[in-house]
Amino acid sequence: MLIKLPRSSECKASEITPEGIYLSRRTLLGGSLAGLTLGALPGRAGAAEVSRYADVQAGAAPAWFTDKLAATRWQAVTVKGEAITPFKDATHYNNFYEFGPDKGDPAANGDSLKTEPWSIVVDGEVGKPGRYALEDFVKPYQLEERIYRLRCVEAWSMVIPWLGFPLAQVLQQVEPTSRARYVRFETLKDPQHMPGQRSGFALIDWPYREGLRLDEAMHPLAILAVGMYGRELPNQNGAPLRLVVPWKYGFKSIKSIVRISLVAEQPGTTWEGLAPDEYGFYANVNPEVDHPRWTQARERRLPSGLFSPNVRETQMFNGYADEVASLYTGLDLRKNY
Amino acid sequence: MRYPWFRLAIFIVGCVFPAWWLYEAAMNLLGPDPGKIMMDRLGLGALTFLLVTLSMTPLQKLTGWSGWIVVRRQLGLWVFAYIVLHILCYLFFILGLDWGQLAVELRKRPYIIVGALGFLCLLALAVTSNRYSQRRLGARWKKLHRLVYLVLGLGLLHFLWIVRSDLREWAVYAFIGTLLMVLRIPAVGRGLSRVGRKQGRAV
Repeated sequence: MLIKLPRSSECKASEITPEGIYLSRRTLLGGSLAGLTLGALPGRAGAAEVSRYADVQAGAAPAWFTDKLAATRWQAVTVKGEAITPFKDATHYNNFYEFGPDKGDPAANGDSLKTEPWSIVVDGEVGKPGRYALEDFVKPYQLEERIYRLRCVEAWSMVIPWLGFPLAQVLQQVEPTSRARYVRFETLKDPQHMPGQRSGFALIDWPYREGLRLDEAMHPLAILAVGMYGRELPNQNGAPLRLVVPWKYGFKSIKSIVRISLVAEQPGTTWEGLAPDEYGFYANVNPEVDHPRWTQARERRLPSGLFSPNVRETQMFNGYADEVASLYTGLDLRKNY
Repeated sequence: MRYPWFRLAIFIVGCVFPAWWLYEAAMNLLGPDPGKIMMDRLGLGALTFLLVTLSMTPLQKLTGWSGWIVVRRQLGLWVFAYIVLHILCYLFFILGLDWGQLAVELRKRPYIIVGALGFLCLLALAVTSNRYSQRRLGARWKKLHRLVYLVLGLGLLHFLWIVRSDLREWAVYAFIGTLLMVLRIPAVGRGLSRVGRKQGRAV
């Protein structure tokens, strides 16, 4: 049931990114020639794709990722008239408390995470429960590039080109039973490789947990991502598999997923458990409902320089209202924040 | 002027940090959100200067050296200077100079209210920090300047309410702050002076 909706947020490729971000035509041509040459070498096919975005640090892509990349639907969803956040910023300014509380900690400590081998448990109210090796889990799906706004609950935002596939396709594959009403996600708990989980002062009860209503999870905008900026996910961005729900605050988009459960009752989620008056289960981006400690009416679009602050108005549902508002008809968004 | 080099050294330290941060920001070394980082560092810097200011009296009692007391006022003024810059960063980078929003924040957010109260106390201390005020206020000056303890409490509370998930850093500052307050309990303070005098004889 992949519904292809014509979206108001969609536009032509030429409209999204300032010219400077992309390489010039000539370099691109040279790059693709080099790519052809390199493509002849096994395991290096990904290297040419990396050059789609400027200054992208090449990773060490696993073979399954490189194989899938060739068939990617590039720019399947884009953002109109907004510049893509530089790769360096999107990978060095992160909230991933498993690696420490500061924005630079995930990039500094992320290397310790081992993402191969990786397996995902699917359980609960499903016809086909089981433990899947990551490469088998992602096998059936075509990668799509989804360029989404990301709005953090802390009032900063970015624009990030993800590579992933609709969560709906996965859910159909595992056959939810009629009792399934919610989807619950869980991040890896591995204090040995995740220093933040060793902190005696952390208020979070590990593992990190998130959840969606089933109809939210089935929405075509909700994806599971395995890559960004034309490459696999860096560890600090939630490798090897993460959720991306662009109309909700960033903390809903859980990282480094090891378990997906379909459940009948609304699952408890990490931030809601920690401070229920500050973080709700829904956590839809909403400029009219403040966080108790700060306003959500405005956001800092990063990079926001010292001499060129980039403060802008936050949009309802992060600009995806046309697509998702109908999910919440009749729901009091002030109560269900 | 006594201990001119010691005073100058502290003055330079106070200047160097914001200058260095500004340089880092100008060279794009602070990442994509330098305004926020600048604000956080200035806030922590002010708290650090406050703790250093409050260690001067215990240090003087412990060592008997009067140099500690000589630089106390300057250190206190650095707390004020950093807080002024901290607030300017907040207004400029976080609020985007939206004064209507500032009014809302000052009414609605406990941590902003507590921070603003702390600033008002610091302002009172800064404007009465000169010799003229000391003479004018006489005995009341000392009473007024006990507000610094309140500033410490408000500052730590402001900080605590900003913490989202990890209390480690806050706990370090709160522990040092508590220790400095404990040293001001009269019995403890007398003990400190006794230790200081013994050391003085030994030297």
